[in-house]
Amino acid sequence: MSTAEIERQWTTRLRKRVAGHLPPEKLLPDTQPAYVSSWIYVFGVTTIAALTMVILSGIILAIRGPQWWHSSSIGHFINSTHLWSVEIFFFAMIVHLWGKFFMAAWRGGRSLTWVTGVVTFLASVGTAFTGYVSQTNFDSQWISTQAKDGINATGVGSIFNVLNLGQMLMWHIVLLPLAAVLLTTIHVLLVRVKGVVPPFEDEKGATK
Amino acid sequence: MSTKPFRPDVDAPKYEGKYTPYDIIREGTIAIVVVGLLVILLATLFGSPDERAITIKTWSNADPIDFATTALGELNGTTITAQYGAPYNTAAPGQNLGPLKLAQFAGVTIPVNTVRDFVIAPLTSQPYNKNLSAALSQWKGASAAQQSSWVSNYTKGASKMTWSNGTITVPATNTGPVPTMINSLTAMARSGALDQALVTGGGFYTTNYTKPLLFVADGTYLANLAQKQHLLGSQWGMMNETGSYPGQAWLWLYTFWYQVSPFSSSSNADVQVSALMGLLSLLLLLVPFIPGLRSIPRKVKIYRLIWREYYHS
Amino acid sequence: MAYLWSLAALIPLNNYGHYIHWGVIDVSVANFIVVVLMILTFIAALFLPFPGRNRRKENQ
Repeated sequence: MSTAEIERQWTTRLRKRVAGHLPPEKLLPDTQPAYVSSWIYVFGVTTIAALTMVILSGIILAIRGPQWWHSSSIGHFINSTHLWSVEIFFFAMIVHLWGKFFMAAWRGGRSLTWVTGVVTFLASVGTAFTGYVSQTNFDSQWISTQAKDGINATGVGSIFNVLNLGQMLMWHIVLLPLAAVLLTTIHVLLVRVKGVVPPFEDEKGATK
Repeated sequence: MSTKPFRPDVDAPKYEGKYTPYDIIREGTIAIVVVGLLVILLATLFGSPDERAITIKTWSNADPIDFATTALGELNGTTITAQYGAPYNTAAPGQNLGPLKLAQFAGVTIPVNTVRDFVIAPLTSQPYNKNLSAALSQWKGASAAQQSSWVSNYTKGASKMTWSNGTITVPATNTGPVPTMINSLTAMARSGALDQALVTGGGFYTTNYTKPLLFVADGTYLANLAQKQHLLGSQWGMMNETGSYPGQAWLWLYTFWYQVSPFSSSSNADVQVSALMGLLSLLLLLVPFIPGLRSIPRKVKIYRLIWREYYHS
Repeated sequence: MAYLWSLAALIPLNNYGHYIHWGVIDVSVANFIVVVLMILTFIAALFLPFPGRNRRKENQ
């Protein structure tokens, strides 16, 4: 077996590419540029922390099934943590989005980071929506029968039936969380690969 | 080859300044602990809403006339569902976005025939009852024209519908089996049997509530309750929640369009607002590539606050 | 103690909400608070000094 043959292997090539783009010190950095010094930088990690809480509370709800929380006080409490972590998730995500917009954080080859962030936001809106219609209460009856008109009017309702509880629950606990977590992972890895966007240069010293 | 000119809204300057210690794992841990505690605090303080689902049983007991009127609407084809179009039936062309009839194009994939699914099939599923059985035989044996004539005669008196002693009465003649059918369906609804019949219509197991939800939404009972909770579309309801809980505030722009002209009076509002929101989402997605839009941050200069330490040093 | 074990919310928000009407705007107090908090948080994040002892020492 020659070295050249090993070099040509798909596995070798993939490993080298990954290691090239994302060496361990980039994936788990121990320093950061000095300009990263503002509270606005905490909202990305806050969003991830809230997403973690959403998933943890969702996992606990999943253990006992979709209707447990109506009849159990523990279940209702877990549902409350699910709701409030979602509220914090969107809260932090939107403040993060404002911050990144005003930093023009797409500069320097970071446009894909922005794009994945926006797609994550849209996927999250869909995930939350399917959660609201999967609550099996008055809220889900009203929201689903209202939302059906918007979704049916676009033709999407022909396959995405918001009145089908089983379908909505599957989207809510399997498909959309998978998409949201995958997108978040890509988004965070892109941030690690490209680093945090440097300040605009043209204004350096101009604020004095 | 000349180097490309530096575009301040697209390119980033190369940073050659100082680096400071950064403990990403510690930061993540702190964030999870802080958010976790905040979530537990909010959940303990405020809990979460859980308004019990209504049933056709609660609806028909609370307002038998509204139920019977809706049932008649399913029979004479005047309810929202009966006149919906795709994906439920071909009763209407559905909304259009300019020349595009998207719903119609996607077709009838969730067929709902309100006469068959909401009236005849549930009644047929009932235990033997002489009057009902005779009424159903009469209905099934009649021509479409005859059925339509009975229903139309009954509908003429429906505005004077009364409810007493457990019976729906409508002053109308030559109505064939229709009064028996409406009364039986109302009795069935009030006992809870209609909820079951609509849910289990598709077999023993189901996770699909399309039919009972469509039926319930055809009445005014659900919408009246929703109005009290400020959940109607015209009340910015999309972003509201039952009780005094915060709702899906992130849908503010989506629900906003429904409140203003031309959407507030458009019969194609749903598809128009969806298209507009799709377009705006695309704009947000493509901000880094849109000249003008991507220059806003550099021009409004909020970044000077964010990076003030950097600019001062 | 029993109350604690029941895990019931201390201040449940199940009563009908209050709404703010202002022209075409019609927003629940709860949502309004969330939005205002979001804007205040954003502004606070811009203005509040970020604790960074190492850097400050170097600068001073």
